Amino acid sequence: MTAVGSVRPDHPRAGQPGSTGSPAAPGVPAVQLRGARMALGERVLWDGLDLRVDPGEFVAVLGPNGSGKTTLLKVLLGQRELSGGTVRIDGRAPGGRGSRIGYIPQQRAMDVEVPLRARDLVGLGLDGHRLGIRAGRSRRAQVDAALAEVGATEYANMPVGRLSGGEQQRLRVAQALVGEPSVLLCDEPLLSLDLANQRVVSELIDRRRTEAATAVLFVTHEINPVLPLVDRVLYLVNGQFRVGTAEEVMTSEVLSELYRTQVDVLRVRDRLVVVGAEAPGGDDVHPGHGS
Amino acid sequence: MIEILARLFDFSGTGALLHLPFVRTALLAAAVLGLIAGLLAPLIVTRGMAFAVHGTAELSFTGGAAALLAGVSVGLGAVVGALIASVVFGLLGLRHRERDSVIGVVLAFGLGLGVLMLALYQGRTANKFGLLTGSIVSVDSTNLWLLSGCAAVVIGALLVYYRPLLFASADPEVAAARGVPVRMLSIVFAVLIGLSTALAVPAVGAILVLAVMVTPGAAAARVSSNPVVVTVLAVLFAEVALVGGVVLSLAPGVPISGYVTTLIFLCYVGCRLVARFRRPPARLAPA
Repeated sequence: MTAVGSVRPDHPRAGQPGSTGSPAAPGVPAVQLRGARMALGERVLWDGLDLRVDPGEFVAVLGPNGSGKTTLLKVLLGQRELSGGTVRIDGRAPGGRGSRIGYIPQQRAMDVEVPLRARDLVGLGLDGHRLGIRAGRSRRAQVDAALAEVGATEYANMPVGRLSGGEQQRLRVAQALVGEPSVLLCDEPLLSLDLANQRVVSELIDRRRTEAATAVLFVTHEINPVLPLVDRVLYLVNGQFRVGTAEEVMTSEVLSELYRTQVDVLRVRDRLVVVGAEAPGGDDVHPGHGS
Repeated sequence: MIEILARLFDFSGTGALLHLPFVRTALLAAAVLGLIAGLLAPLIVTRGMAFAVHGTAELSFTGGAAALLAGVSVGLGAVVGALIASVVFGLLGLRHRERDSVIGVVLAFGLGLGVLMLALYQGRTANKFGLLTGSIVSVDSTNLWLLSGCAAVVIGALLVYYRPLLFASADPEVAAARGVPVRMLSIVFAVLIGLSTALAVPAVGAILVLAVMVTPGAAAARVSSNPVVVTVLAVLFAEVALVGGVVLSLAPGVPISGYVTTLIFLCYVGCRLVARFRRPPARLAPA
């Protein structure tokens, strides 16, 4: 049974400002939101949001357009202030220098004129935020290792603008992982990829969190490609939200309550089909299903 | 017709002219300008700011025309006009569509004002065209020091900010997520463009600025994607065009514009041809 808000008890000691931010430190959550509120003028996107994500945990953030999924990521990146409540990443305020956050955006076409090879894009993830000009053997080795990890060695010296969407998203994973993040924030990273590449990219992300205990917050329209990987779901709808395991949240009862209309969740083999859950007046079927 | 062509390609006096002090100053000015333009051009192309550079150059012309009318230093007017324009365009950020229409609107207005002010100006008409076509032989040692100072500022800024600038230019969303101050860098870059444009306008003219600040980067990006190689090539192309243009224009005694634009255009066409014949056929993505 799910309740509004967190299904996990918060640990009041953990995540206090001043505690050291190493991901290995026991008890320090990778991400912690307490009583978080986000309002745009009159409109409240979410309020009273408590969320604790532990190292190595995979949390999918779901919800219709405009429910504040991307805004939540911006808060975690330190690009937006909460209207109320607190947020901590590795026990520290987000957005500070040296924060170990990896970010994977959705795939977008890169211009052919952009003077970057695959390895340059990954290299920027390593030290693109630093001042000065430095290049060294260890840097090259780190970039090579990150490229190899996602199977991109073959096109390491290709212009980014000439790669396919799937190849580009593998590079995005390498770019985010090369900085050894303790938290990985993903904003629709599978959008516009075919099924095979969706699987490759989500498996790369999953491998990282099991091997290096990186916490993953995964914003998506579509839960099916990551359903086997998801530990918990944060489902945001029109100011309401639920946190819980996929079994707890992805039910006809919970979603009908969130959307305040009849929503049916059907399990077809290992996939979930959500019917009736698009924004008011929207489509019948959740977008992206069966793609 | 033949006579005109013969004049344009008459280089018999070039050797003797190269020894004149003012020619040497002009060549030095061209070389320094080529260095600045070549360094900035790849980033301008990456940021999709070609039109913003054009707008900056034209508004630098407006500033110069206003200064001419007001009776103050034309060079100062050009710098002020270019800096205001570039910072405003830089603040418009990386949303190309919105930025382009705003630049178009402001550019047309500024150009109209500039033409009006030139029409109201009572002095020598040679000064009027100087801003549009430039006159590199008019560069004196003071200007040369100004140019070199600007080059030092550009090189210094690039040494410190190159990596975050490249990150913010090529991949703004992820750069912002990694804590790169994208907006602040937009302004830093805009100031660099404004300074360079303002100094380039009196020397090569508002019309030519686009040719030397954008085309070298666009040409280099056709043949390489390695950011270092692209920058080196862009500097090389800009130097060939500017220094070559000055040398070729000496004996015929005409403005350098035609020579510089032709040389840089040939570089661009050459690069496109090289890219076309060298590029392997498009691969299929591995499943």
